[in-house]
Amino acid sequence: MLTPPTIWEHAALLGHSRRDFLKFCSWLAAAAGLESSQVGQVVHALETKPRLPVVWFHFQECTCCSESFIRSSHPIVSDVILDKISLDYTETLQAAAGHQAEKALHDTMTKYRGQYLMLVEGSIPTGADGAYCCIGGRTALDICQEAAEGAKAIIGWGSCASNGCIQAAKPNPTGATPIHKLITGKPIIKVPGCPPIGEVMAATVVHLLAFDTIPKLDRVGRPLAFYSRRVHDTCYRRPNYDAGLFVESWDDDNARKGYCLYKMGCRGPSTYNACAVTGWNGGTSFPIRSGHGCIGCSEENFWDNGPFYNRLTNFPGFGIEQTADKVGLAAATVTAVGIGAHVALTAARKSGVIGEQERDARQP
Amino acid sequence: MAKHIFRRVYLWEWPVRLYHWVTALAVVALAATGLMIGAPVAVMSTREAYAGYWFGTVRFVHFAAAYIFTFALVLRLYWMFVGNSHARWSAFIPVGRFGTFFRELWAVIRTDVLQLQKPPLDFVGHNPMAATTYACIFLLSAFQIATGFALYAPMSAAWLPGLFAWVSPLMGGDAGVRLWHHAGTWAFLLFAAVHVYLVLYHDVVESRGELSSMVGGSRFVEHQVEHR
Repeated sequence: MLTPPTIWEHAALLGHSRRDFLKFCSWLAAAAGLESSQVGQVVHALETKPRLPVVWFHFQECTCCSESFIRSSHPIVSDVILDKISLDYTETLQAAAGHQAEKALHDTMTKYRGQYLMLVEGSIPTGADGAYCCIGGRTALDICQEAAEGAKAIIGWGSCASNGCIQAAKPNPTGATPIHKLITGKPIIKVPGCPPIGEVMAATVVHLLAFDTIPKLDRVGRPLAFYSRRVHDTCYRRPNYDAGLFVESWDDDNARKGYCLYKMGCRGPSTYNACAVTGWNGGTSFPIRSGHGCIGCSEENFWDNGPFYNRLTNFPGFGIEQTADKVGLAAATVTAVGIGAHVALTAARKSGVIGEQERDARQP
Repeated sequence: MAKHIFRRVYLWEWPVRLYHWVTALAVVALAATGLMIGAPVAVMSTREAYAGYWFGTVRFVHFAAAYIFTFALVLRLYWMFVGNSHARWSAFIPVGRFGTFFRELWAVIRTDVLQLQKPPLDFVGHNPMAATTYACIFLLSAFQIATGFALYAPMSAAWLPGLFAWVSPLMGGDAGVRLWHHAGTWAFLLFAAVHVYLVLYHDVVESRGELSSMVGGSRFVEHQVEHR
Protein backbone atom coordinates (compact mmCIF):
# COMPACT_ATOMS: atom_id res chain seq x y z
CA MET A 1 0.00 0.00 0.00
CA LEU A 2 1.28 3.45 -0.91
CA THR A 3 2.00 5.75 2.00
CA PRO A 4 -0.45 8.64 1.80
CA PRO A 5 1.16 12.00 1.01
CA THR A 6 1.83 14.31 3.94
CA ILE A 7 -0.09 17.56 4.16
CA TRP A 8 2.87 19.49 2.77
CA GLU A 9 3.33 17.05 -0.09
CA HIS A 10 -0.34 17.24 -0.82
CA ALA A 11 -0.21 21.04 -0.88
CA ALA A 12 2.84 20.99 -3.16
CA LEU A 13 1.02 18.61 -5.48
CA LEU A 14 -1.78 21.13 -5.72
CA GLY A 15 0.76 23.76 -6.78
CA HIS A 16 1.07 25.75 -3.55
CA SER A 17 4.44 27.38 -2.96
CA ARG A 18 6.52 26.80 0.16
CA ARG A 19 5.83 30.40 1.12
CA ASP A 20 2.06 29.84 0.92
CA PHE A 21 2.45 26.73 3.01
CA LEU A 22 4.34 28.59 5.75
CA LYS A 23 1.79 31.40 5.72
CA PHE A 24 -0.95 28.84 6.12
CA CYS A 25 0.88 27.25 9.06
CA SER A 26 1.05 30.64 10.75
CA TRP A 27 -2.69 31.07 10.25
CA LEU A 28 -3.36 27.72 11.79
CA ALA A 29 -1.17 28.47 14.78
CA ALA A 30 -2.84 31.81 15.32
CA ALA A 31 -6.31 30.25 15.02
CA ALA A 32 -5.47 27.57 17.56
CA GLY A 33 -4.37 30.24 19.99
CA LEU A 34 -0.70 29.29 19.90
CA GLU A 35 2.22 31.61 20.36
CA SER A 36 4.59 32.40 17.51
CA SER A 37 7.35 30.16 18.86
CA GLN A 38 5.08 27.18 18.25
CA VAL A 39 4.64 27.82 14.54
CA GLY A 40 7.67 25.64 13.91
CA GLN A 41 5.89 22.71 15.53
CA VAL A 42 2.89 23.23 13.31
CA VAL A 43 5.11 23.32 10.20
CA HIS A 44 6.88 20.17 11.29
CA ALA A 45 3.60 18.39 11.98
CA LEU A 46 2.15 19.29 8.61
CA GLU A 47 5.33 18.31 6.81
CA THR A 48 5.41 14.85 8.31
CA LYS A 49 1.78 13.86 8.80
CA PRO A 50 -0.65 12.55 6.24
CA ARG A 51 -4.04 14.15 5.99
CA LEU A 52 -6.25 13.35 8.94
CA PRO A 53 -9.16 11.11 7.97
CA VAL A 54 -12.39 12.50 9.37
CA VAL A 55 -15.95 11.24 9.55
CA TRP A 56 -18.60 13.78 10.45
CA PHE A 57 -21.98 12.50 11.63
CA HIS A 58 -25.27 14.31 11.66
CA PHE A 59 -27.80 13.00 14.13
CA GLN A 60 -30.54 14.98 15.92
CA GLU A 61 -29.43 18.40 14.77
CA CYS A 62 -30.32 21.38 12.62
CA THR A 63 -26.97 21.63 10.75
CA CYS A 64 -26.31 25.06 12.27
CA CYS A 65 -22.93 23.73 13.44
CA SER A 66 -21.97 22.83 9.87
CA GLU A 67 -23.25 26.20 8.68
CA SER A 68 -21.12 27.92 11.29
CA PHE A 69 -18.07 25.83 10.45
CA ILE A 70 -18.13 26.49 6.73
CA ARG A 71 -18.38 30.19 7.51
CA SER A 72 -15.32 30.28 9.73
CA SER A 73 -13.17 32.87 8.07
CA HIS A 74 -9.86 32.06 9.56
CA PRO A 75 -8.24 29.69 8.75
CA ILE A 76 -9.98 29.51 5.41
CA VAL A 77 -12.32 26.66 6.00
CA SER A 78 -11.94 25.10 2.58
CA ASP A 79 -8.26 24.71 3.37
CA VAL A 80 -8.85 22.89 6.61
CA ILE A 81 -11.79 20.86 5.52
CA LEU A 82 -11.06 19.96 1.96
CA ASP A 83 -7.28 20.07 1.65
CA LYS A 84 -5.75 19.43 5.01
CA ILE A 85 -8.14 16.95 6.49
CA SER A 86 -9.72 14.19 4.55
CA LEU A 87 -13.42 14.52 5.16
CA ASP A 88 -14.50 11.05 4.15
CA TYR A 89 -18.09 11.09 5.28
CA THR A 90 -20.55 13.85 6.08
CA GLU A 91 -24.22 13.56 5.23
CA THR A 92 -24.86 17.15 4.31
CA LEU A 93 -21.77 18.02 2.24
CA GLN A 94 -20.65 14.82 0.59
CA ALA A 95 -21.24 14.19 -3.10
CA ALA A 96 -21.88 10.51 -2.56
CA ALA A 97 -25.30 9.18 -1.61
CA GLY A 98 -26.90 5.91 -0.65
CA HIS A 99 -24.66 2.84 -0.88
CA GLN A 100 -21.69 4.91 -2.09
CA ALA A 101 -21.83 7.06 1.03
CA GLU A 102 -22.16 4.07 3.32
CA LYS A 103 -19.24 2.44 1.56
CA ALA A 104 -17.08 5.55 2.03
CA LEU A 105 -17.86 5.49 5.73
CA HIS A 106 -17.19 1.80 6.00
CA ASP A 107 -13.88 2.09 4.10
CA THR A 108 -12.62 4.87 6.35
CA MET A 109 -13.59 3.00 9.47
CA THR A 110 -11.77 -0.16 8.41
CA LYS A 111 -8.76 1.33 6.59
CA TYR A 112 -7.96 3.96 9.19
CA ARG A 113 -9.09 2.11 12.28
CA GLY A 114 -7.72 3.86 15.35
CA GLN A 115 -6.61 6.83 13.29
CA TYR A 116 -9.68 8.69 12.14
CA LEU A 117 -11.29 11.61 13.87
CA MET A 118 -14.99 11.34 14.60
CA LEU A 119 -17.04 14.50 14.62
CA VAL A 120 -20.58 14.30 15.92
CA GLU A 121 -23.19 16.92 15.28
CA GLY A 122 -26.46 16.40 17.10
CA SER A 123 -27.65 14.42 20.06
CA ILE A 124 -28.60 10.76 19.99
CA PRO A 125 -32.17 9.68 20.75
CA THR A 126 -32.43 6.74 23.09
CA GLY A 127 -36.23 6.65 23.34
CA ALA A 128 -38.25 4.05 21.36
CA ASP A 129 -35.08 1.99 20.79
CA GLY A 130 -33.53 4.86 18.87
CA ALA A 131 -36.25 4.93 16.20
CA TYR A 132 -36.34 8.73 16.20
CA CYS A 133 -33.11 8.99 14.22
CA CYS A 134 -32.12 6.31 11.72
CA ILE A 135 -29.66 6.56 8.84
CA GLY A 136 -29.38 3.81 6.26
CA GLY A 137 -31.72 1.67 8.34
CA ARG A 138 -29.58 1.85 11.47
CA THR A 139 -30.13 3.86 14.60
CA ALA A 140 -27.95 6.82 15.47
CA LEU A 141 -26.83 5.04 18.62
CA ASP A 142 -25.76 1.97 16.68
CA ILE A 143 -23.81 3.99 14.09
CA CYS A 144 -22.23 6.14 16.76
CA GLN A 145 -21.08 3.23 18.86
CA GLU A 146 -19.60 1.42 15.89
CA ALA A 147 -17.74 4.50 14.66
CA ALA A 148 -16.53 5.42 18.13
CA GLU A 149 -14.99 1.99 18.49
CA GLY A 150 -12.24 2.73 15.97
CA ALA A 151 -12.00 6.51 16.39
CA LYS A 152 -8.86 8.18 17.61
CA ALA A 153 -10.83 10.98 19.25
CA ILE A 154 -14.36 12.34 19.19
CA ILE A 155 -15.45 15.93 18.95
CA GLY A 156 -18.99 16.77 19.96
CA TRP A 157 -20.05 19.72 17.84
CA GLY A 158 -22.50 22.11 19.37
CA SER A 159 -24.81 21.98 22.35
CA CYS A 160 -26.72 18.96 20.96
CA ALA A 161 -23.75 16.63 21.05
CA SER A 162 -22.32 18.26 24.19
CA ASN A 163 -25.38 18.54 26.41
CA GLY A 164 -28.53 17.70 24.47
CA CYS A 165 -29.64 21.23 23.58
CA ILE A 166 -33.24 21.95 22.58
CA GLN A 167 -34.33 18.40 21.79
CA ALA A 168 -33.26 17.38 25.31
CA ALA A 169 -35.34 20.18 26.85
CA LYS A 170 -38.10 19.08 29.19
CA PRO A 171 -39.85 16.71 28.71
CA ASN A 172 -37.27 15.36 26.21
CA PRO A 173 -39.74 13.20 24.27
CA THR A 174 -37.14 11.39 22.17
CA GLY A 175 -34.72 10.74 25.02
CA ALA A 176 -32.11 12.91 23.31
CA THR A 177 -28.74 12.21 24.94
CA PRO A 178 -25.36 13.90 24.54
CA ILE A 179 -22.58 11.63 23.30
CA HIS A 180 -20.46 11.66 26.46
CA LYS A 181 -23.24 9.78 28.26
CA LEU A 182 -23.26 7.02 25.63
CA ILE A 183 -19.64 6.59 24.61
CA THR A 184 -16.96 5.67 27.09
CA GLY A 185 -13.27 4.98 26.78
CA LYS A 186 -12.60 7.54 24.03
CA PRO A 187 -11.39 11.10 24.43
CA ILE A 188 -14.35 13.38 23.83
CA ILE A 189 -13.94 17.09 23.22
CA LYS A 190 -17.06 19.18 23.64
CA VAL A 191 -17.45 22.30 21.58
CA PRO A 192 -20.82 23.57 22.79
CA GLY A 193 -22.84 26.45 21.42
CA CYS A 194 -25.91 26.70 19.26
CA PRO A 195 -24.03 26.85 17.00
CA PRO A 196 -20.43 26.98 18.23
CA ILE A 197 -18.25 29.72 16.77
CA GLY A 198 -16.82 28.59 13.43
CA GLU A 199 -13.31 29.74 14.30
CA VAL A 200 -13.43 27.82 17.56
CA MET A 201 -14.49 24.66 15.72
CA ALA A 202 -11.76 25.09 13.14
CA ALA A 203 -9.14 25.81 15.78
CA THR A 204 -10.08 22.67 17.71
CA VAL A 205 -9.57 20.55 14.59
CA VAL A 206 -6.33 22.42 13.88
CA HIS A 207 -5.00 21.57 17.30
CA LEU A 208 -5.65 17.87 16.78
CA LEU A 209 -4.21 18.07 13.29
CA ALA A 210 -1.03 19.88 14.26
CA PHE A 211 -0.21 18.34 17.60
CA ASP A 212 -1.95 15.00 17.54
CA THR A 213 -3.01 15.64 21.13
CA ILE A 214 -6.22 16.64 22.83
CA PRO A 215 -6.24 20.37 23.64
CA LYS A 216 -6.32 21.25 27.32
CA LEU A 217 -9.89 20.79 28.49
CA ASP A 218 -11.88 22.16 31.40
CA ARG A 219 -13.69 19.95 33.90
CA VAL A 220 -16.66 19.37 31.61
CA GLY A 221 -14.51 18.65 28.55
CA ARG A 222 -14.46 21.94 26.66
CA PRO A 223 -11.20 23.35 25.22
CA LEU A 224 -9.88 25.78 27.81
CA ALA A 225 -8.53 28.11 25.15
CA PHE A 226 -12.09 29.12 24.23
CA TYR A 227 -14.32 28.17 27.17
CA SER A 228 -12.31 29.21 30.21
CA ARG A 229 -13.85 32.64 30.54
CA ARG A 230 -17.37 33.88 30.81
CA VAL A 231 -18.86 36.06 28.11
CA HIS A 232 -19.42 38.54 30.94
CA ASP A 233 -15.70 38.75 31.77
CA THR A 234 -14.70 39.56 28.21
CA CYS A 235 -17.72 41.70 27.33
CA TYR A 236 -17.02 45.23 26.14
CA ARG A 237 -20.06 46.41 28.17
CA ARG A 238 -18.52 45.12 31.41
CA PRO A 239 -17.47 48.60 32.68
CA ASN A 240 -21.15 49.54 32.72
CA TYR A 241 -21.88 46.54 34.94
CA ASP A 242 -19.22 47.54 37.45
CA ALA A 243 -20.47 51.12 37.40
CA GLY A 244 -24.04 49.90 38.01
CA LEU A 245 -25.33 51.26 34.73
CA PHE A 246 -28.01 48.92 33.40
CA VAL A 247 -30.55 48.81 30.61
CA GLU A 248 -33.92 48.91 32.39
CA SER A 249 -36.15 48.28 29.38
CA TRP A 250 -35.49 47.59 25.73
CA ASP A 251 -36.53 51.05 24.60
CA ASP A 252 -34.96 53.24 27.26
CA ASP A 253 -32.15 55.70 26.97
CA ASN A 254 -29.78 53.31 28.72
CA ALA A 255 -30.30 50.77 25.94
CA ARG A 256 -29.44 53.43 23.39
CA LYS A 257 -26.26 54.25 25.31
CA GLY A 258 -25.22 50.61 25.28
CA TYR A 259 -25.34 49.96 29.02
CA CYS A 260 -25.06 46.50 30.53
CA LEU A 261 -27.90 44.05 29.67
CA TYR A 262 -27.67 42.21 33.03
CA LYS A 263 -31.17 43.18 34.16
CA MET A 264 -32.61 42.24 30.78
CA GLY A 265 -31.69 38.64 31.44
CA CYS A 266 -28.31 38.54 29.72
CA ARG A 267 -26.75 35.13 30.41
CA GLY A 268 -23.21 36.44 29.94
CA PRO A 269 -22.43 36.04 33.67
CA SER A 270 -23.19 32.31 33.56
CA THR A 271 -21.98 31.43 30.06
CA TYR A 272 -18.53 30.22 29.15
CA ASN A 273 -17.71 31.01 25.54
CA ALA A 274 -15.45 33.11 23.35
CA CYS A 275 -18.15 35.19 21.61
CA ALA A 276 -16.98 38.49 23.07
CA VAL A 277 -13.40 37.76 22.00
CA THR A 278 -13.68 36.24 18.52
CA GLY A 279 -17.04 37.68 17.52
CA TRP A 280 -19.24 36.07 14.93
CA ASN A 281 -19.26 36.13 11.14
CA GLY A 282 -15.60 36.94 10.83
CA GLY A 283 -15.58 39.09 13.94
CA THR A 284 -18.39 41.34 12.73
CA SER A 285 -20.43 41.30 15.93
CA PHE A 286 -21.91 39.13 18.65
CA PRO A 287 -25.35 39.18 20.33
CA ILE A 288 -24.52 41.68 23.08
CA ARG A 289 -22.87 44.07 20.65
CA SER A 290 -26.06 43.85 18.59
CA GLY A 291 -28.05 44.99 21.64
CA HIS A 292 -29.54 41.67 22.76
CA GLY A 293 -28.50 39.75 25.85
CA CYS A 294 -26.68 36.45 25.65
CA ILE A 295 -29.08 33.48 25.92
CA GLY A 296 -26.35 31.15 27.16
CA CYS A 297 -26.65 28.75 24.21
CA SER A 298 -23.40 27.00 25.05
CA GLU A 299 -24.51 26.15 28.59
CA GLU A 300 -26.15 22.96 29.71
CA ASN A 301 -29.98 23.15 29.91
CA PHE A 302 -30.01 26.65 28.49
CA TRP A 303 -33.39 25.98 26.93
CA ASP A 304 -34.93 25.09 30.29
CA ASN A 305 -33.17 27.89 32.15
CA GLY A 306 -35.69 30.43 30.93
CA PRO A 307 -37.16 32.92 30.57
CA PHE A 308 -34.37 34.51 28.56
CA TYR A 309 -35.42 38.02 29.56
CA ASN A 310 -35.34 37.49 33.33
CA ARG A 311 -32.06 37.48 35.16
CA LEU A 312 -33.06 34.65 37.44
CA THR A 313 -34.52 31.51 36.01
CA ASN A 314 -37.95 30.30 37.06
CA PHE A 315 -38.15 28.62 40.40
CA PRO A 316 -38.84 24.92 39.89
CA GLY A 317 -42.01 23.40 41.28
CA PHE A 318 -44.06 26.60 41.37
CA GLY A 319 -45.33 26.76 37.80
CA ILE A 320 -44.23 29.24 35.20
CA GLU A 321 -43.30 32.85 35.89
CA GLN A 322 -42.44 32.19 39.53
CA THR A 323 -39.05 33.58 40.35
CA ALA A 324 -37.14 32.83 43.53
CA ASP A 325 -37.94 36.36 44.73
CA LYS A 326 -41.71 35.88 44.34
CA VAL A 327 -41.56 32.58 46.20
CA GLY A 328 -39.30 34.15 48.84
CA LEU A 329 -41.62 37.11 49.36
CA ALA A 330 -44.64 34.81 49.70
CA ALA A 331 -42.76 32.70 52.28
CA ALA A 332 -41.72 35.86 54.14
CA THR A 333 -45.36 37.00 54.25
CA VAL A 334 -46.49 33.65 55.61
CA THR A 335 -43.70 33.83 58.22
CA ALA A 336 -44.70 37.35 59.25
CA VAL A 337 -48.37 36.32 59.59
CA GLY A 338 -47.32 33.30 61.64
CA ILE A 339 -45.18 35.39 63.95
CA GLY A 340 -47.99 37.94 64.32
CA ALA A 341 -50.47 35.23 65.27
CA HIS A 342 -47.99 33.77 67.74
CA VAL A 343 -47.41 37.21 69.29
CA ALA A 344 -51.15 37.70 69.77
CA LEU A 345 -51.56 34.25 71.31
CA THR A 346 -48.54 34.73 73.58
CA ALA A 347 -49.71 38.17 74.72
CA ALA A 348 -53.15 36.83 75.60
CA ARG A 349 -51.70 33.92 77.54
CA LYS A 350 -49.09 36.04 79.29
CA SER A 351 -51.66 38.55 80.48
CA GLY A 352 -53.68 35.61 81.80
CA VAL A 353 -50.65 34.31 83.72
CA ILE A 354 -49.86 37.77 85.09
CA GLY A 355 -53.48 38.16 86.24
CA GLU A 356 -53.32 34.79 87.96
CA GLN A 357 -50.09 35.66 89.76
CA GLU A 358 -51.49 39.03 90.85
CA ARG A 359 -54.54 37.28 92.33
CA ASP A 360 -52.22 34.84 94.12
CA ALA A 361 -50.16 37.70 95.52
CA ARG A 362 -53.23 39.54 96.87
CA GLN A 363 -54.29 36.50 98.89
CA PRO A 364 -53.10 36.68 102.50
CA MET B 1 -46.98 32.68 96.40
CA ALA B 2 -44.29 30.31 95.22
CA LYS B 3 -40.79 31.64 95.51
CA HIS B 4 -38.73 31.64 92.32
CA ILE B 5 -35.06 30.93 92.86
CA PHE B 6 -32.83 31.46 89.85
CA ARG B 7 -29.32 30.26 89.34
CA ARG B 8 -26.90 31.54 86.71
CA VAL B 9 -25.44 28.99 84.28
CA TYR B 10 -22.67 29.61 81.80
CA LEU B 11 -23.65 28.21 78.41
CA TRP B 12 -22.04 29.94 75.47
CA GLU B 13 -18.26 30.11 75.37
CA TRP B 14 -16.58 33.01 73.66
CA PRO B 15 -15.92 31.29 70.29
CA VAL B 16 -19.62 30.47 70.10
CA ARG B 17 -20.58 34.07 70.83
CA LEU B 18 -17.94 35.41 68.45
CA TYR B 19 -19.22 33.10 65.73
CA HIS B 20 -22.78 34.18 66.41
CA TRP B 21 -22.20 37.91 66.09
CA VAL B 22 -19.70 37.77 63.25
CA THR B 23 -22.11 35.56 61.35
CA ALA B 24 -25.07 37.79 62.19
CA LEU B 25 -23.29 40.84 60.82
CA ALA B 26 -21.97 38.95 57.81
CA VAL B 27 -25.44 37.59 56.99
CA VAL B 28 -26.93 41.09 57.12
CA ALA B 29 -24.19 42.34 54.78
CA LEU B 30 -24.41 39.29 52.52
CA ALA B 31 -28.20 39.36 52.23
CA ALA B 32 -28.33 43.10 51.58
CA THR B 33 -25.58 43.06 48.96
CA GLY B 34 -26.76 39.70 47.58
CA LEU B 35 -30.29 40.92 46.93
CA MET B 36 -28.77 44.06 45.44
CA ILE B 37 -26.65 41.94 43.10
CA GLY B 38 -29.76 39.94 42.22
CA ALA B 39 -31.82 43.00 41.37
CA PRO B 40 -29.67 46.14 41.14
CA VAL B 41 -31.46 49.43 41.63
CA ALA B 42 -32.11 51.48 38.53
CA VAL B 43 -29.70 54.37 38.18
CA MET B 44 -30.66 56.64 35.33
CA SER B 45 -27.32 58.38 35.14
CA THR B 46 -25.66 60.28 32.38
CA ARG B 47 -22.23 59.62 33.81
CA GLU B 48 -19.74 57.63 31.82
CA ALA B 49 -18.99 54.14 33.08
CA TYR B 50 -15.42 55.01 34.10
CA ALA B 51 -16.74 57.59 36.56
CA GLY B 52 -18.51 55.05 38.76
CA TYR B 53 -17.90 51.74 40.45
CA TRP B 54 -20.76 51.36 42.94
CA PHE B 55 -21.90 47.98 41.69
CA GLY B 56 -18.33 46.74 41.80
CA THR B 57 -18.16 47.94 45.40
CA VAL B 58 -21.40 46.15 46.30
CA ARG B 59 -19.95 42.95 44.89
CA PHE B 60 -16.67 43.52 46.72
CA VAL B 61 -18.53 43.83 50.04
CA HIS B 62 -20.43 40.63 49.24
CA PHE B 63 -17.25 38.69 48.50
CA ALA B 64 -15.36 40.08 51.50
CA ALA B 65 -18.26 39.30 53.83
CA ALA B 66 -18.40 35.81 52.32
CA TYR B 67 -14.82 35.14 53.37
CA ILE B 68 -15.55 36.35 56.91
CA PHE B 69 -18.72 34.23 57.04
CA THR B 70 -16.74 31.19 55.87
CA PHE B 71 -13.93 31.46 58.37
CA ALA B 72 -16.35 32.15 61.23
CA LEU B 73 -18.05 28.87 60.31
CA VAL B 74 -14.69 27.10 60.22
CA LEU B 75 -14.00 28.35 63.77
CA ARG B 76 -17.43 27.16 64.88
CA LEU B 77 -16.94 23.73 63.32
CA TYR B 78 -13.61 23.44 65.11
CA TRP B 79 -15.31 24.36 68.37
CA MET B 80 -17.82 21.57 67.79
CA PHE B 81 -15.02 19.18 68.72
CA VAL B 82 -13.31 21.02 71.58
CA GLY B 83 -16.08 23.18 73.09
CA ASN B 84 -18.41 22.47 75.99
CA SER B 85 -21.42 20.14 75.75
CA HIS B 86 -23.67 22.91 74.36
CA ALA B 87 -21.20 23.71 71.60
CA ARG B 88 -20.36 20.15 70.64
CA TRP B 89 -21.59 18.43 67.50
CA SER B 90 -23.52 16.01 69.72
CA ALA B 91 -25.74 18.91 70.81
CA PHE B 92 -27.02 19.12 67.21
CA ILE B 93 -26.91 15.51 66.10
CA PRO B 94 -28.52 13.45 68.90
CA VAL B 95 -26.61 10.23 68.26
CA GLY B 96 -27.75 7.53 70.65
CA ARG B 97 -30.68 9.51 72.07
CA PHE B 98 -33.01 9.95 69.11
CA GLY B 99 -35.98 8.59 71.09
CA THR B 100 -35.90 11.18 73.88
CA PHE B 101 -34.82 13.82 71.38
CA PHE B 102 -37.94 13.44 69.26
CA ARG B 103 -40.24 13.17 72.30
CA GLU B 104 -38.79 16.43 73.62
CA LEU B 105 -38.97 18.00 70.16
CA TRP B 106 -42.70 17.29 70.14
CA ALA B 107 -43.02 18.77 73.65
CA VAL B 108 -41.32 21.97 72.46
CA ILE B 109 -43.66 22.22 69.48
CA ARG B 110 -46.69 21.70 71.77
CA THR B 111 -45.49 24.26 74.32
CA ASP B 112 -43.81 27.02 72.36
CA VAL B 113 -45.33 26.85 68.91
CA LEU B 114 -48.86 25.49 69.33
CA GLN B 115 -49.15 26.65 72.96
CA LEU B 116 -51.21 23.60 73.89
CA GLN B 117 -49.15 22.90 76.96
CA LYS B 118 -48.25 25.35 79.67
CA PRO B 119 -44.70 26.55 80.29
CA PRO B 120 -42.31 26.16 82.00
CA LEU B 121 -40.39 23.84 79.79
CA ASP B 122 -36.71 24.43 80.27
CA PHE B 123 -33.70 23.06 78.54
CA VAL B 124 -30.24 24.14 79.53
CA GLY B 125 -28.65 24.93 76.19
CA HIS B 126 -30.44 24.39 72.89
CA ASN B 127 -33.89 22.87 73.04
CA PRO B 128 -34.40 20.05 70.50
CA MET B 129 -36.26 22.35 68.09
CA ALA B 130 -33.45 24.91 68.18
CA ALA B 131 -30.76 22.24 67.86
CA THR B 132 -32.46 20.80 64.77
CA THR B 133 -32.88 24.24 63.24
CA TYR B 134 -29.25 25.19 63.87
CA ALA B 135 -28.07 21.90 62.37
CA CYS B 136 -30.04 22.87 59.24
CA ILE B 137 -28.52 26.35 59.34
CA PHE B 138 -24.99 24.91 59.50
CA LEU B 139 -25.84 22.81 56.44
CA LEU B 140 -27.40 25.80 54.69
CA SER B 141 -24.28 27.85 55.48
CA ALA B 142 -22.11 25.18 53.91
CA PHE B 143 -24.43 25.12 50.88
CA GLN B 144 -24.24 28.90 50.47
CA ILE B 145 -20.45 28.80 50.82
CA ALA B 146 -20.14 26.03 48.22
CA THR B 147 -22.50 27.62 45.69
CA GLY B 148 -21.21 31.15 46.34
CA PHE B 149 -17.58 30.26 45.87
CA ALA B 150 -18.48 28.15 42.85
CA LEU B 151 -19.93 31.30 41.27
CA TYR B 152 -16.91 33.31 42.40
CA ALA B 153 -14.30 30.79 41.22
CA PRO B 154 -14.10 31.86 37.55
CA MET B 155 -13.14 35.41 38.53
CA SER B 156 -10.62 34.48 41.15
CA ALA B 157 -7.22 32.85 41.20
CA ALA B 158 -7.37 32.20 44.95
CA TRP B 159 -7.32 28.63 46.18
CA LEU B 160 -10.45 28.74 48.33
CA PRO B 161 -12.97 29.53 45.54
CA GLY B 162 -11.15 27.03 43.34
CA LEU B 163 -12.00 24.30 45.83
CA PHE B 164 -15.67 24.67 44.93
CA ALA B 165 -15.38 24.85 41.14
CA TRP B 166 -16.77 21.30 40.90
CA VAL B 167 -20.17 22.46 42.17
CA SER B 168 -21.13 24.25 38.97
CA PRO B 169 -21.06 21.27 36.56
CA LEU B 170 -22.90 19.25 39.20
CA MET B 171 -25.80 21.71 39.22
CA GLY B 172 -26.05 22.04 35.44
CA GLY B 173 -24.01 25.18 34.98
CA ASP B 174 -23.82 28.57 36.66
CA ALA B 175 -27.47 29.45 36.00
CA GLY B 176 -28.66 26.68 38.31
CA VAL B 177 -26.07 27.54 40.96
CA ARG B 178 -27.17 31.17 40.84
CA LEU B 179 -30.82 30.23 41.33
CA TRP B 180 -30.20 28.01 44.35
CA HIS B 181 -27.72 30.43 45.90
CA HIS B 182 -30.43 33.07 45.62
CA ALA B 183 -33.01 30.75 47.17
CA GLY B 184 -30.54 30.11 50.01
CA THR B 185 -30.54 33.84 50.75
CA TRP B 186 -34.29 33.74 51.28
CA ALA B 187 -33.96 30.72 53.54
CA PHE B 188 -31.49 32.70 55.68
CA LEU B 189 -33.80 35.70 55.83
CA LEU B 190 -36.77 33.58 56.91
CA PHE B 191 -34.64 31.85 59.53
CA ALA B 192 -33.39 35.21 60.86
CA ALA B 193 -36.94 36.53 61.25
CA VAL B 194 -38.15 33.48 63.18
CA HIS B 195 -34.91 33.23 65.18
CA VAL B 196 -35.01 36.84 66.40
CA TYR B 197 -38.70 36.54 67.19
CA LEU B 198 -38.28 33.35 69.22
CA VAL B 199 -35.40 34.82 71.23
CA LEU B 200 -37.60 37.78 72.10
CA TYR B 201 -40.48 35.39 72.89
CA HIS B 202 -38.42 33.33 75.30
CA ASP B 203 -36.94 36.44 76.90
CA VAL B 204 -40.35 38.02 77.45
CA VAL B 205 -42.27 34.92 78.48
CA GLU B 206 -39.67 33.20 80.64
CA SER B 207 -37.57 36.11 81.95
CA ARG B 208 -34.41 34.03 82.08
CA GLY B 209 -32.12 36.38 80.19
CA GLU B 210 -32.34 34.55 76.88
CA LEU B 211 -31.59 37.68 74.88
CA SER B 212 -28.46 38.73 76.77
CA SER B 213 -27.07 35.20 77.05
CA MET B 214 -25.47 35.56 73.63
CA VAL B 215 -23.60 38.61 74.92
CA GLY B 216 -22.40 37.49 78.36
CA GLY B 217 -22.62 33.77 77.79
CA SER B 218 -24.86 32.89 80.71
CA ARG B 219 -28.55 32.84 81.51
CA PHE B 220 -30.70 31.83 84.46
CA VAL B 221 -32.45 28.60 85.24
CA GLU B 222 -35.04 28.06 87.92
CA HIS B 223 -33.49 26.19 90.76
CA GLN B 224 -36.07 23.43 90.99
CA VAL B 225 -35.67 22.55 87.33
CA GLU B 226 -33.76 19.37 86.93
CA HIS B 227 -30.56 19.79 84.99
CA ARG B 228 -29.42 17.54 82.25
